[in-house]
Amino acid sequence: MTGRDSLLLRARDVRLQLGGRLLLDDISFHLARGEILTIIGPNGAGKTTLLRVILQLLAPTSGEIYRQPGLTVGYMPQKLHIDPTFPLTVKRFLAFARRNCTEQQSSEALDKTGARHLLKAPLHQLSGGETQRVLLARALLRNPDLLVLDEPVQGVDVHGQSELYQLICRIRDASQCGVLMVSHDLHLVMAATDRVLCLNQHICCSGTPATVSSDPAYIRMYGQLAFYQHDPQHHHQHEEAGDAR
Amino acid sequence: MLDDFLLRALLGGVGVALVAGPFGSFVVWRRLAYFGDTLSHSALLGVSLGYLLHLNLTFGIIVVCQVIALLLFISQRQQWLANDTLLGIFAHGALSLGLVVLAFAEGLRIDLMAYLFGDILAITRADLLWIYLGGGAALSLLLWLWKPLLAVTIHEDMARVEGVPVQRVNALFLALIALTVAVMMKVVGLLLVTSLLIIPAATARRFAPGPEIMALLSAVFGCLAVVGGLFLSYFWDTPTGPSIVVAACLIFMLSLTGAPGSWRRQR
Repeated sequence: MTGRDSLLLRARDVRLQLGGRLLLDDISFHLARGEILTIIGPNGAGKTTLLRVILQLLAPTSGEIYRQPGLTVGYMPQKLHIDPTFPLTVKRFLAFARRNCTEQQSSEALDKTGARHLLKAPLHQLSGGETQRVLLARALLRNPDLLVLDEPVQGVDVHGQSELYQLICRIRDASQCGVLMVSHDLHLVMAATDRVLCLNQHICCSGTPATVSSDPAYIRMYGQLAFYQHDPQHHHQHEEAGDAR
Repeated sequence: MLDDFLLRALLGGVGVALVAGPFGSFVVWRRLAYFGDTLSHSALLGVSLGYLLHLNLTFGIIVVCQVIALLLFISQRQQWLANDTLLGIFAHGALSLGLVVLAFAEGLRIDLMAYLFGDILAITRADLLWIYLGGGAALSLLLWLWKPLLAVTIHEDMARVEGVPVQRVNALFLALIALTVAVMMKVVGLLLVTSLLIIPAATARRFAPGPEIMALLSAVFGCLAVVGGLFLSYFWDTPTGPSIVVAACLIFMLSLTGAPGSWRRQR
């Protein structure tokens, strides 16, 4: 891969307005080969929207996106909803990733994500974690220059989450692809990412995980988030205390 | 010796069932049952316009179904009305418009029941030609579209990222469904078209390890329903279209009793 331009992706002043709502404002960043960039932010911050713009599924209102010519993207969506009436095995599902996909290639991809035993399983019977591994395997089957992962650890328990992040790291090390992913939690993803983009419609802060975690903007955002996300259990106790009085 | 009209009915019914199987599978996978309903409801408008403009009625139905499919495809892009609301507006709007337009055709006596519930016993050679040519064309195009259409059915965005022309695939698929519905009208009538799309497919699901087998099995179950319905109708003098649907339901219920319930287990 030496000699190839290492810049995979660059967004410049990207703005997206839909139905009068400003979803993305003034987003600029870049991603190079072999680099892992994680987008974090609260619900509704525009993380998935930004991925959709990068993937050219949504056109930005203004700004520009440069993608290296001939870029092959492996995309792992946040959710896979397959109607239970649709009979589909993992093997068949994987075969859609590329032309003339052989069983050998599919099992190799599943091997990498630790899910080889699922090759013959029906897709709609997989657990959350299994589904994520199969989705990742499908993205890998494309031999991507760029992996775009939307909440790759969703529905996986905490132990499995850090394991999956390590796996993504190893995949990057082995194939030197670029990785752009979305995560909810900075602390879990910290060890697995080179840079972090903290998003809330606009980019609040960015940099290495260590810089971002001590950035006032990041602390403010997550402080705010804690304020908004009332713990229902907690609330309930308050009421009871009130009644007792 | 089979009666001539019965043989034609059998040929027509089987032809329709063969086309309905694969299309019905996609209708079930993609939850388009109400979409099929909307198209078939609009068919009466095709009949009315066909009469008024002195066109071949099947041709009229095909044209109106295509127009409605196109309108639906375009209007589904807006965000402020839910899809089922939109479909309801189109379905009942088109059906009522068809009835109103029919009232303008003076001196015209039309067997409305035949259009609502089908009149398979009155199938002519020309009808058979429509079924086999129209249905054959729809089926061959579906085969050609098979792989990208499956990819879109699995996950639209993923398919788009992987280079499938999703909009074109969807548009063509809707046009093909419209053609199928128009061709099926004669056999089961506009109120029952959807049943012949979805009941055999639902029956086939339990026995199918993959999409292709499900499509094939749907066609087989559809053919069985047609034969069973004709049989019912012939010996007990019941209305044929509804008899076919009843037969399809019976086969579905039978299949529930003794099959590998591979999809009952999951959530």
